[in-house]
Amino acid sequence: MKISQKRIVTAYVFLAIPLVFYIVVRFYPMIYAFWLSFTNWRLISPKKDFVGFDNFVKLFKDKVFMTSLWNTIKYVAYGIPLVIVLSLFLAATLNKVRHLQWFYRLLYVMPYITPLVAVSWVWRWIYQRPPAGVLNNILMAFGLDAQPFLTSMDQSLPAIVVTTVWVNLGYCIIIYLAGLQTIPQEYLEAAKIDGATSRQSFFKITLPLLNPITVFLVVTQSITFLRIFTQVYNMTDQGSGGPLNATKPLVLYIYQKAFRSFDMGLASSATVILFMLIMGITLIQLLVLNKRVQY
Amino acid sequence: MNRIDRKTSVFAYIFLTIFAIVMVFPFVWMFSSSFKTSEEVYEMSLIPDEPTIANYEYIFNYSMFPRWFLNSMIVAVVTTISVLFFDSLIGYTLAKYTFPGKNIIFILILSTLMIPTEMLVIPWYIMVRQLRWMETYWSIMFPGMISAFGVFLMKQFMSTIPDDLIDAARIDGVSEFGIFIRIVIPLVKPALATLAIFNFVGNWNAFLWPLIVAQTPKMYTLPVGVSYFSSENLTRWELIMTGAAVSTIPLIIFFIIFQKQIVKGIAMSGLKG
Repeated sequence: MKISQKRIVTAYVFLAIPLVFYIVVRFYPMIYAFWLSFTNWRLISPKKDFVGFDNFVKLFKDKVFMTSLWNTIKYVAYGIPLVIVLSLFLAATLNKVRHLQWFYRLLYVMPYITPLVAVSWVWRWIYQRPPAGVLNNILMAFGLDAQPFLTSMDQSLPAIVVTTVWVNLGYCIIIYLAGLQTIPQEYLEAAKIDGATSRQSFFKITLPLLNPITVFLVVTQSITFLRIFTQVYNMTDQGSGGPLNATKPLVLYIYQKAFRSFDMGLASSATVILFMLIMGITLIQLLVLNKRVQY
Repeated sequence: MNRIDRKTSVFAYIFLTIFAIVMVFPFVWMFSSSFKTSEEVYEMSLIPDEPTIANYEYIFNYSMFPRWFLNSMIVAVVTTISVLFFDSLIGYTLAKYTFPGKNIIFILILSTLMIPTEMLVIPWYIMVRQLRWMETYWSIMFPGMISAFGVFLMKQFMSTIPDDLIDAARIDGVSEFGIFIRIVIPLVKPALATLAIFNFVGNWNAFLWPLIVAQTPKMYTLPVGVSYFSSENLTRWELIMTGAAVSTIPLIIFFIIFQKQIVKGIAMSGLKG
């Protein structure tokens, strides 16, 4: 008895600092953020009154907030299909080749570990108007019209999506590739003997077996796109999410409200909405993931 | 290999190579622009006609890049050491000790993975102001001193260590903390390496929190510095690309050395989902 009691004490001693850390740096701030979302606190004034759901009402009446919410949804809606389909086909192709697989994989994953700030500025340079922008020069060399990209109301958001897909593609490819390598070869060989074309066996065998991985990637990538900030801050004029809020995502709205206008209450309410969106997507994952494909 | 296979394989290589060019081109263009003069930077040449290192000289002598580089190094190294120590200690305790509340503690730690940083930055910022931590390295580092993902990873690895080994050390009279440091830690080195690499890269690249909390240029980390420097020199693309290159080079070197662990680590983070 005595020894096991001593061990319990040891365990709590080992966990003492981490527990304090988790309470002070994670749980207390989270509760505090929820509480702030119901107050009208601005950092500069001593007023910190409980205002109920006023902030949320104010947010949904704020045109800029609604635009940034809508933009965030657009980032997810454009980005996810693009990154999932591209990475799946690249991984499937990569899985087929015998030589240089590691080399291609290496090149594909490089953007993922590069500082996003550096990536953003390089792409901002690539997207410049002619004569400076290299992408426009390539387009013109093929006889196409030059495009405004980041300075256009319609093209700026998709342009940032393309950069973000470029960054995350390698991550998704590695995960798909790891999944593809767990699929038993016998399934595919049996299908071949039964006369299935390679397209049939891809859509009827490989794709369903990759289902759990696809769900995982859709969820983690959706969260990544929901939290988009660094690219927009660095690729738009003065970090404004312009032109005219056309690219402003939720997190940039939060950043501006909290650290430019110091409206902590309102900004906290916006973080609560972001939190609910992330929770919603995570719950969908838990529900869908329980349906595994069995052969 | 029959003819159809060979044909598909040629198409596969063409497809893969086109994408490889798309993935690598921005890096090539960044480095190429960084060696150009301010006149030549608007030319579309891939290899500069008159390559110059003047941009690099400018950045190292007339900007705060060396300081930002140092700041980033301090932040990334200190947080990584802290994460390695605490995450393996928590993982070990949760895997090898029996005590009341163990499962609840593990679940609570894991649940923090679902809290988005964006939600915590406002309370953190208020905390930093109230405690007068402004303009310190500590204010940039403190939120990242322990990582929940690392706790999960280390607990998985720790549970593979045989109990007999730990009991034998106890019989030999090694203290509980001594067992952790001298026996357990050397056994989980591969997991520690993975955790160290990911944590270092994550902290080196972090932007939102350092942007909020570092308010004067001397406390900027490299990403915040690159962002600030680039907006200050908005039309000097050769300088902006040099700054971007300077912040990327350490990671490319890091990547070349640790490519295997990085690829394995990414695959691991996905498969556990």
